[in-house]
Amino acid sequence: MATEMREHTVQEPRDVPPDRQWSRDAVENRVFGILRWVVIAGLLLVTLFPFYYMGLLSIRALDEVILDPGALWVSLSELNFDTYTSVLSSPDSGGQGFLVFMRNSALVAFGTVALTLLVALPGAYAVSRLEFFGRRQVSALFLSVYLFPSILLAVPLFVAFTRIGQRGTLVGLLIVYVSQIVAVSIYMLRNYFDTIPVSLEESAALDGCGRLSIMWRISLPLAMPAIVANGLFVFMIAWNEFLFALLFLVEDRDKWTVSLGLSQLAGSIEIPTTVLMAGSVILTVPIIVIFFAAERLLTEGLTAGAEKG
Amino acid sequence: MSHIPAGGTGTASADAATPEPEPRDESRGKSRGPLTRRDARAGLTLISPTLVIVIFMVVLPILWTVMLAFRPLSLLNLATSGLFGTDFTLDNFRTVLTASGFGGSLLTTLVYSVLGTGSAIVLGLIAALAVRRTFPGRTFVRAAMLLPYVAPVVAATFVWRTMLDPQFGIINHWGTRLLGWDEPIAFLTQQSNPISLLGVEFSLPTALLSVIAFEAWRSFPFAFLFLTARLQAVPATLEEAARVDGATPLQRFRYVLLPQLLPTIAVLSILRFIWTFNSFDDIYLLTGGGAGTEVVSVRVFNYLTATGNIGLASAQALVLAAILAVLVGIYLKRFAPQEEKT
Repeated sequence: MATEMREHTVQEPRDVPPDRQWSRDAVENRVFGILRWVVIAGLLLVTLFPFYYMGLLSIRALDEVILDPGALWVSLSELNFDTYTSVLSSPDSGGQGFLVFMRNSALVAFGTVALTLLVALPGAYAVSRLEFFGRRQVSALFLSVYLFPSILLAVPLFVAFTRIGQRGTLVGLLIVYVSQIVAVSIYMLRNYFDTIPVSLEESAALDGCGRLSIMWRISLPLAMPAIVANGLFVFMIAWNEFLFALLFLVEDRDKWTVSLGLSQLAGSIEIPTTVLMAGSVILTVPIIVIFFAAERLLTEGLTAGAEKG
Repeated sequence: MSHIPAGGTGTASADAATPEPEPRDESRGKSRGPLTRRDARAGLTLISPTLVIVIFMVVLPILWTVMLAFRPLSLLNLATSGLFGTDFTLDNFRTVLTASGFGGSLLTTLVYSVLGTGSAIVLGLIAALAVRRTFPGRTFVRAAMLLPYVAPVVAATFVWRTMLDPQFGIINHWGTRLLGWDEPIAFLTQQSNPISLLGVEFSLPTALLSVIAFEAWRSFPFAFLFLTARLQAVPATLEEAARVDGATPLQRFRYVLLPQLLPTIAVLSILRFIWTFNSFDDIYLLTGGGAGTEVVSVRVFNYLTATGNIGLASAQALVLAAILAVLVGIYLKRFAPQEEKT
């Protein structure tokens, strides 16, 4: 539509009286007034429907889905939550073992959050506050790290971890995640530290605080909103990640994360789609909950600085 | 992993586009507090854990890939051959570049990234313009539009695969009933589909268009987020002045808003292009690289896992990175002067 707008714009002499009812201005205002709502409705439908459909299929019975694939809602009598028990219970009792996958995902995700923050917080503080040799080069290095394609990194990391025998362990995966995220994390936190006035720290220093105690007592509490947002952000990345989980953990089913488990089982014909949809819901719901709970925090963190561009 | 960090990077790039980076530096330099003396040492100490991780887990592995790409190495002889051999050869590059399907795969990657990037940005722009003015429920609408971007890629691709399924997918169900399709369309498994439009027969690359549509759906929120932020920063007086002068909505967009948005769009294009060019997850999960959607990153993955040929995988990954670097270089050279002007 944007291109269309551009094409249709012609510079014409503005001799049309503005009060005329069918002036170009009035027509455009009316058209865009309506178009705006059509666009909003359309975009909402397109973005939300797949998630609605995911939830819908997860609570319908498989034979009913095959009988009537086009149904847009489920009647109360049809409600069926067996899919969830089936997807969660262990393979020994005929389930898909998603409970184990969830445990693995949670371990890796929480571990990544803790370790990333532990490393990134001092780093971000240093990049924001302290003049040290090579500060700019370090910032530039971190910037270039996230432009780096993960498929290119996948090859050497896969080989190296295979060689040292750490491929196939959750710890190995966790280290890879931290190394991928820490640069982004420092960048986001640094932006926030930059907004905290230095004068607060200087007055603390005049009162006799050392650098460490200033960090602990002044800067850290002030940066709490950014730290929380950053933690959630890291959690989401680690929880959603697929490529490295696939490369590292695929051989051992007990180590699969939810993402990996779903992708591996999705190819199988024996497992009903409705059960896997329940798995998708389980994979997606934590992210949606986090996202809506912290939406303001997250989008502000994500776009901090975008206004400058 | 390449998808979500986007937010941070966008921030970064926005910084890069600013003519004067880090103005706060100078002010700090002038009024140096009582803490500066030991700052240098403290700074290095605090940054060193990150530096160690990044160097050992990112920088060195990438340099090592270059070495691997010149060696005949497979997962089978990995244990016996040393990690740093000197048995260098160009065979890997020769094999990769002359392999059947490489040219087609490169073309697919290009089409996928250009169309995916373009449609995501156009869609994001439309969305940003539509929700620009306040209305009841705007916060919810904005949050909802970000969902495709934050949702796990595995879940999103699985739902799309189910929806597009020729047998019991809801799209084909309603498509055959309401839109009068003759038969269900195998969106993700059919390489091309003959179409006759106005008497002209031609074929559409069905699966490729489907994955491009998915890419647009999944990454338009990213463009939406940044364009919304940029729109909010456009001074209201500019548009007001144009309105008083009698500019219609379209003219205000074309002559007032668009010039303000162009630098952001330029940055978005390059970021999205880089990520889409390398993206692996989406296509691997949707089609497995079949039906004419085999992008180069899928080839890298297949060399690595299916054949276990480390040398070939490294060479293919390097070729991908080199082509990307050249393309980005051309883009920057062509468009950078314009960005500076605005």
